[in-house]
Amino acid sequence: MSKTNMTRRGVLKTGAVASAGVALPTIFTASSAAAYTNEPTGPNVTLGFNVPQTGPYADEGADELRAYELAVEHLNGGGDGGMMNTFSSKALQGNGIMGKKVDFVTGDTQTKSDAARASAKSMIEKDGAVMITGGSSSGVAIAVQGLCQEAGVIFMAGLTHSNDTTGKDKKANGFRHFFNGYMSGAALAPVLKNLYGTDRNAYHLTADYTWGWTQEESIAAATEALGWNTVNKVRTPLAATDFSSYIAPVLNSGADVLVLNHYGGNMVNSLTNAVQFGLREKIVNGKQFEIVVPLYSRLMAKGAGENVKGIHGSTNWHWSLQDDASKAFVKSFGTKYGFPPSQAAHTVYCQTLLYADACERAGTHNPCGVAEALEGFEFDGLGNGKTLYRAEDHQCFKDVLVVRGKENPTSEFDLLEVVEVTPASQVTYAPDHPMFAGGALGTCNAG
Amino acid sequence: MDAIILQILNGLDKGSAYALIALGLTLIFGTLGVVNFAHGALFMIGAFCAVTLSKILNLSFETVDPTQTDFLGNPLKVKTPYVMEWFGAETGAAIIDWAVPLAILFSIPIMIGIGFIMERGLIKHFYKREHADQILVTFGLAIVLQEVVKYFFGANPIPTGAPDVFKGSFDFGVMLGFDPNAIIYPYWRLVYFAFSAIIIGGVFAFLQFTTFGMVVRAGMADRETVGLLGINIDKRFTIMFGIAAAVAGLAGVMYAPINSPNYHMGMDFLVLSFVVVVVGGMGSLPGAVLAGFLLGVLESFASMNEIKSLIPGIDQIIIYVVAIIILLTRPRGLMGRKGVMEE
Repeated sequence: MSKTNMTRRGVLKTGAVASAGVALPTIFTASSAAAYTNEPTGPNVTLGFNVPQTGPYADEGADELRAYELAVEHLNGGGDGGMMNTFSSKALQGNGIMGKKVDFVTGDTQTKSDAARASAKSMIEKDGAVMITGGSSSGVAIAVQGLCQEAGVIFMAGLTHSNDTTGKDKKANGFRHFFNGYMSGAALAPVLKNLYGTDRNAYHLTADYTWGWTQEESIAAATEALGWNTVNKVRTPLAATDFSSYIAPVLNSGADVLVLNHYGGNMVNSLTNAVQFGLREKIVNGKQFEIVVPLYSRLMAKGAGENVKGIHGSTNWHWSLQDDASKAFVKSFGTKYGFPPSQAAHTVYCQTLLYADACERAGTHNPCGVAEALEGFEFDGLGNGKTLYRAEDHQCFKDVLVVRGKENPTSEFDLLEVVEVTPASQVTYAPDHPMFAGGALGTCNAG
Repeated sequence: MDAIILQILNGLDKGSAYALIALGLTLIFGTLGVVNFAHGALFMIGAFCAVTLSKILNLSFETVDPTQTDFLGNPLKVKTPYVMEWFGAETGAAIIDWAVPLAILFSIPIMIGIGFIMERGLIKHFYKREHADQILVTFGLAIVLQEVVKYFFGANPIPTGAPDVFKGSFDFGVMLGFDPNAIIYPYWRLVYFAFSAIIIGGVFAFLQFTTFGMVVRAGMADRETVGLLGINIDKRFTIMFGIAAAVAGLAGVMYAPINSPNYHMGMDFLVLSFVVVVVGGMGSLPGAVLAGFLLGVLESFASMNEIKSLIPGIDQIIIYVVAIIILLTRPRGLMGRKGVMEE
């Protein structure tokens, strides 16, 4: 008869250790077996594309997904190669990333921070994604960037325009190719000065969340530096659909410029309402009333229809650009899908190529190696001219486009025209600029 | 003063949409006893009837223009709408321009049909179930309907303009002795207000002055007794469901030029309209209309900068604050009847 030496204390100790082991998320244990989170060991490498597939930005998300798929096709040697042919770095060979075929998984952010974090977490933990990219909202991008920092994977931000993404909420594992609110203000100000003069009274309507606040601050600062007076800054709920109650007070406020710090459906409705109320025909203070939409996208312009005609704003990229890189991307995307790409599609395509290229140059998928390769990286041939990925805040500095709603469009895509390409030097700011202060990049986390 | 007049106009305009949706909600609740959370989706489908007719009228054939190129550098395919080919450029353009008013006729049979299908196919199976079950199933139906619309039309808003003759604004200021342009209001919003008044008046007249309406009102008061008199009240209630769907649909059609339709617009209105019904009094048609306009005007006033500077954020909660106050002081709502939704 055998005797087992089981004591109550021993059972409790063993149970506690076993429970702790089971409870510890795989996200933290992965590093014990591998050099970094989700180190690819097989013939493939998996990227996680986290975009809004449902919800109000689903069309932007769908266009981003198309561009991601195109980028993967090009990385794996398919198609015509698109902007890989024009990219100044020649590290990419069309054989995947470091010889590993690129696979991808997709997640639906629903344009909600919690849903976006959940899908990113799932792609990292269950699908083994070594990089997460996407987002069509600054709230989402900031939330997912934080998660990727904790998990030890690289986050290549998609369409996010808040100063905070690479300002107070910047992270060592996060990188943004898209421009930001400050850059919009810096690019627009000289154009507005030439068009409307220095004696203007501006009234701001602003979406009440991180992106709206930082854009309002940036545009107000840029226009006040011109000599404009800011009459009022009114915050509108993100869920608002009818802006008539917010537009009506503009009529007799003494303002002669309305700045709409709105995006997506908010912008479509507020601009439509402003035009309905006859603001564009109004003469105030002896001057023609003007409307400015600092952040423009072609998909939004399509929603607002003919109301966008003659209205100025800024954009990260536009398909009508005539440089070789833009033409190559438009040809590649247009041939595959039958219509030109949006700025959202362009920025995520660039981000995918930039990540892959950084891996090749670093010779590793290790996020710390990749981050080092991206920091201070200067490149060209991706549609925005010479670009710098600044090491201090992981923000890309490149030319910014000032655009205007086209008066006589020749097709359903021909809605905006580029009126000025503002050079990168004019939109560059110091890393410790007050609008971007308050956070720290920290150190890179490899998991 | 001019700001106050503008906000009253805004409030009446918002109230028109709330009142029309709430009227349909109350009609369905009063007749069938169903809390229909898919009613906002019917409003959205109405708006998409306008979008659909506009797309149908813009159906085009392509001709190649070798003198121009598309974005890929190929010869440009120029689209010409069939209606312009059939009726001539001028008449064709006028027909396309009047797509939204024409959509009123287009939408009525569609909305009544959808109403019948919804009622016979799904909602009738939930008559004897708990209100919570009805809310869940109709809310689920609303999500299905909006996803179907999103599948076909995309997630972004689709601009659907009013006829050119209604573009621009009416200058009330000059009429009232103010400076020119001090109080201007868009023509189409005034048309929307007038249209709502006609529809609301029409529904009331229908219920008040027709035999059908009399039977329906009797059925709303005492369904069992009307049934005992040998009247097929269920059939009439089904027809009322179709009429309520048509009212919501018409509200949506006419709303299309005010804000570009998107698949989510029904949900944006649903919660507010439901509050309107509760404030007006469950089952009370005049209550729904009164509360619709009242809450519309209050919401507009709460958006004024002077009010917001006193109580920040009041514009987002005013409707719910008023609803709480009214329900605390008048638990059955403004014009609610005893016995409705009570044990």
